[in-house]
Amino acid sequence: MSKHHVTTTINGEETEFLCETQETLLDVLRNTLNLTGSKEGCASGDCGACSVIADGTLVCSCLMLGVEAEGKTITTVEGIADGETLHPVQRQFLEHAALQCGFCTPGFIVATKALLDANPDPTEEEARYWLAGNLCRCTGYDKIIRAVMDAAAEMRGEARAA
Amino acid sequence: MNRFEYIRPATIAEAVAAAAAPGAAYLAGGTNLIDLLKGGIVRPERVVDVTRLPGLDAIETLADGSVRIGALVRNADLAHDPDFAHRFPAVVEALLSGASAQLRNAATVGGNLLQRTRCAYFYDVASACNKRTPGAGCAARGGDTRLAAVLGWSEHCIATHPSDFCVPLVALDAVVEIVGTAGSRDVPLESLHRLPGDTPARESVLEPGELIVAVRLPADAASFAAHARYLKLRERTSYAFAVVSAAAALRIEHGAIVAARIALGSVAPKPWRAHAAEAVLTGAHPDRAAFRRAAEAALADATPSGDNGFRIELSRRVVARALARAAAGTPARLPALPASPFAPAPGGLHA
Ligand SMILES: Cc1cc2nc3c(=O)[nH]c(=O)nc-3n(C[C@H](O)[C@H](O)[C@H](O)COP(=O)(O)OP(=O)(O)OC[C@H]3O[C@@H](n4cnc5c(N)ncnc54)[C@H](O)[C@@H]3O)c2cc1C
Ligand code: SF4
Ligand code: FES
Ligand code: FES
Repeated sequence: MSKHHVTTTINGEETEFLCETQETLLDVLRNTLNLTGSKEGCASGDCGACSVIADGTLVCSCLMLGVEAEGKTITTVEGIADGETLHPVQRQFLEHAALQCGFCTPGFIVATKALLDANPDPTEEEARYWLAGNLCRCTGYDKIIRAVMDAAAEMRGEARAA
Repeated sequence: MNRFEYIRPATIAEAVAAAAAPGAAYLAGGTNLIDLLKGGIVRPERVVDVTRLPGLDAIETLADGSVRIGALVRNADLAHDPDFAHRFPAVVEALLSGASAQLRNAATVGGNLLQRTRCAYFYDVASACNKRTPGAGCAARGGDTRLAAVLGWSEHCIATHPSDFCVPLVALDAVVEIVGTAGSRDVPLESLHRLPGDTPARESVLEPGELIVAVRLPADAASFAAHARYLKLRERTSYAFAVVSAAAALRIEHGAIVAARIALGSVAPKPWRAHAAEAVLTGAHPDRAAFRRAAEAALADATPSGDNGFRIELSRRVVARALARAAAGTPARLPALPASPFAPAPGGLHA
């Protein structure tokens, strides 16, 4: 069987790639397009390290085929910053040192951006519930949640929470 | 993953024709199918991607007052439809208690109904499994049976159906609309899944190529909205499949129950409607004693399929508690952690 030719928009750029039917979008991003920010933690939908935004919704790229990306608009962690300027979510993760090994971080950044795009003023419980599909084995989540809540406040133009 | 042919049909007729061939599988949200492909648990020759079929992503109210949900409506979109949530709060509570934000965004209504069991031996291709390989035997029997079925199982298969969404749906008499090569038909959700008997590989009544196009809730289902809850016991409350779950819906008039709907999840090979328990409640006063009697009736036929007898009593308690919550009234706003038995204190840190 010949490879499939897929045309898609990734991080704002029209992107074409060839893939086998059995390659996931995560495989394509990492192995074909060299976008290695998205991570493969579990490959089964449990950990969220592969999170991307596809046509405006947060999904696991490990459970989507590369061929399914045809015509879709995909944002990966590489597309979150504005050039050299970090997104407030990224800056707050740094500020709070909301990571240790960092493996989960790209997934958290993408998931947080999707959360705050949909709900700019989440309660802490809402943020924790939304991020339940992103696992972190290092931090204990507390710093992550603080970073998320402060990023939300910053994006709303409020002074940062105490 | 094996190599397969990938087809993206433009119409339902094309999809049905393409999927009627042996070795074909439908792909919807992919959250279950792609996982199964990766493990080599299913090895289709052809994958038919239905996600771009037109007209299957609407939530509509029909002339007779019933609500029709297209098979491609995403679990998250259904849960966040305010009108649907108002009429069918227990369905929304179940949806929001399932999986994660990422998965609910991808998972579809049709795919959720037909998701496969989470039996660990089914997932492990090195283990014997009658569902994967008919006649191979069942490694779960005599293995780790803690989460195996206590209702409806057979000696050939003791796996459970893990869906949350299906539990309130079956309680509310949902009907599944199916299209196949021979035309279309309606099947009550209660009859969609088959009990394992001696053919556990045949999980539903669908014939090859048959496509679920919609799920309908009858007009009457909305009459339970004031007293409808879903309760889901999990080992990790933020995100896990159920150990036991129950949907309870009541219609209460002048202090007495005039109609009751009860179903259980993750305890049987299919979403399990408890008709006998409903009969116990009709005409009764909504109190603890009545709920306990209903719970006894719901589990009257339960038997352990291994070292899992504790889940029978657990199920009774979950049924009784779901009924008590339903009787107390559907909350105006769902709790931050839907369907949890632990109601977090307002402002609590650990949701
Ligand atoms: C990590 C993880 C955690 C999860 N936790 C939960 C949970 O807590 N509660 C819960 O209920 N679920 C849970 N799920 C399961 C999830 O809800 C299902 O995977 C999802 O609903 C399946 O829908 P889908 O559209 O992705 O289906 P797919 O994966 O695309 O398909 C599933 C099956 O249905 C068939 N199919 C799909 N659509 C149709 C159709 N229209 N007609 C005929 N056949 C069709 C496919 O061929 C396939 O066999 C979890 C899944 C994962 C990966
Ligand atoms: S319980 Fe069913 S699914 Fe699990 S190993 Fe036995 S036959 Fe397979
Ligand atoms: S790698 Fe996709 S969810 Fe873990
Ligand atoms: S920082 Fe290591 S997994 Fe989160």
